[in-house]
Amino acid sequence: MKSLKFTMLACAVAAVAACSNAKNEGMYGDGSGGYGSGYGNGASGLPSDPHSAAYFQQAVGDRVLFAVDQQSLSDEARATLTAQADWLTKNPDFTAVIEGHADEQGTREYNLALGARRANAVREYLISRGVSGSRLKTVSYGKERPLEICSAESCYAKNRRAVTVLASGLTG
Amino acid sequence: MTRLLLTVLLGWAVLTQAAAAQNGPLRIEITEGVIEPMPYAVPDFVPDTPAAADLSRELGRVIAADLSGTGLFREVPASAYISKIDNFDAPIQFADWKAVNAQALITGAVSVSGSRLTVRFRVWDVFSGAELGSGLQFSGTSEGWRRMAHKVADAVYSRITGEGGYFDSRVVFVSESGPKNDRKKRLAIMDYDGANVQYLTDSASIVLAPRFSPTGDRVLYTSFETGFPRIYVLDVGQVKRRVLETREGTMSFAPRFSPNGRTVVFSLEQGGNTDIYEMDIASGQQTRLTNAPSIETAPSYSPDGSQIVFESDRSGTQQLYIMPARGGEARRISFGQGRYGTPVWSPRGDMIAFTKQNQGRFHIGVMRTDGSEERLLTASFLDEGPTWAPNGRVIMFTRESKGAAGQATLYTVDITGRNLRPVRTPGGASDPSWSPLQN
Repeated sequence: MKSLKFTMLACAVAAVAACSNAKNEGMYGDGSGGYGSGYGNGASGLPSDPHSAAYFQQAVGDRVLFAVDQQSLSDEARATLTAQADWLTKNPDFTAVIEGHADEQGTREYNLALGARRANAVREYLISRGVSGSRLKTVSYGKERPLEICSAESCYAKNRRAVTVLASGLTG
Repeated sequence: MTRLLLTVLLGWAVLTQAAAAQNGPLRIEITEGVIEPMPYAVPDFVPDTPAAADLSRELGRVIAADLSGTGLFREVPASAYISKIDNFDAPIQFADWKAVNAQALITGAVSVSGSRLTVRFRVWDVFSGAELGSGLQFSGTSEGWRRMAHKVADAVYSRITGEGGYFDSRVVFVSESGPKNDRKKRLAIMDYDGANVQYLTDSASIVLAPRFSPTGDRVLYTSFETGFPRIYVLDVGQVKRRVLETREGTMSFAPRFSPNGRTVVFSLEQGGNTDIYEMDIASGQQTRLTNAPSIETAPSYSPDGSQIVFESDRSGTQQLYIMPARGGEARRISFGQGRYGTPVWSPRGDMIAFTKQNQGRFHIGVMRTDGSEERLLTASFLDEGPTWAPNGRVIMFTRESKGAAGQATLYTVDITGRNLRPVRTPGGASDPSWSPLQN
């Protein structure tokens, strides 16, 4: 009998790598790392205080929505963003991360790129309304953080969004 | 010498038996998704030492799961056996195996000495009574017994189909838990069949789309651990990782190794625009390969490293393109209805696997590298992210179910579109990347 020998290398046992927490200190999100903050919860301060992040989130409106596979801003989105820009101009101590999101009807990589387009469209608009670009970062979560979880257009419409998440800036 | 040869090609499998005089030519034809799997028997291996008794049974079960899992073979149940194999070197009673209609017979013996396990096996063509290939012997640690079973199954598969095997391989993937709007994701690695799951990261931050290096010792993946998507390279053996630095204010994602393992091709987003770059891993030197206002992402090298297939929406919708590995003019290869994404070059170099979206459905498909012979293998609410088995005959992918309780599951399917089956994982699983065959 022909014999062929080989040695089995012990498969290296993978220990769990320690990963630092992504949570960004000073972020006025909903406490889940800043992404996709839910409607009307989490942001600090009282909504009655017009200089609070809570007021920005609830009274000004922290998000805009997009059509399928689009990053163009609707009239409604422009109105919201104009109000955001005014608020940011009056409250210069805040910086913001603009989070772009996509609905689940797309491939993972494409949706990351699409979310980046949306976040950037918002950033460009805020800059055009006088907000300094140095105060505005962007990030895309693609389809990783839907707000609504049904698989229907009623949910998808809310998930195709860009959310302006405030962070403490100069006074942070 | 009699030789069973099962060739699987483009939906056709032909089984020929050279010396089948007594039964006429033995032949399996696969047409239009119909196949008669080849019946085989794998009686419990013979324990050569008392300590091998348990493993001698378990080995046979893993071998049978591998072979039957291909859909090309069907196991004759042990309850049908007429004779037993209790001596590896004794003559086989072929008439008894013919009577239960086993066309192939796998016999083996196992011995355990200390922590050392030795497996001997033979493959028989029952109808001609001849051995198929020569007997082989594998030795290793008892701990690695499943790998040894996969090695045996790979040898059997290879001898009967004439194709390379794929059972002694691993899959790195994203393990998922929690609801859709707060899904926890962590990197995990397992054997191709879902055994031996180990976690490579915790679930503190989103991780996406791990990709094996050509030698299977490193994994590229995207993590949000800084709050922004960045590419990391992880040493699988030591579970050590480092970030691949890109400029502040950019997003990097969708990485893949080049065939020589020294270069990474990936997507880099700045100012809302996503293009394809390559990076020399050692020096960090980056070269831009595409320069367009459209989305260019999901790049994958040809096995010879000379070309890159990727997706772009430069035409208005996501389509597949091929360009030289150094960048330059790209030619579109997808022209069917719908959108095409996540192209992956097959290890044989002859095909591209992809995700297709059309009329609200998702498909995994394959096409030739010139875009011809497009074939959709699956259809569901959401299928995506194909990865090739080492032999280029099977594809693994992610299937996400619909609705609020939707969960991601890994599936495999033949490139003929047959034999769709889930891969067993603990909890949800997505973004598989199949390793090469292990040494």
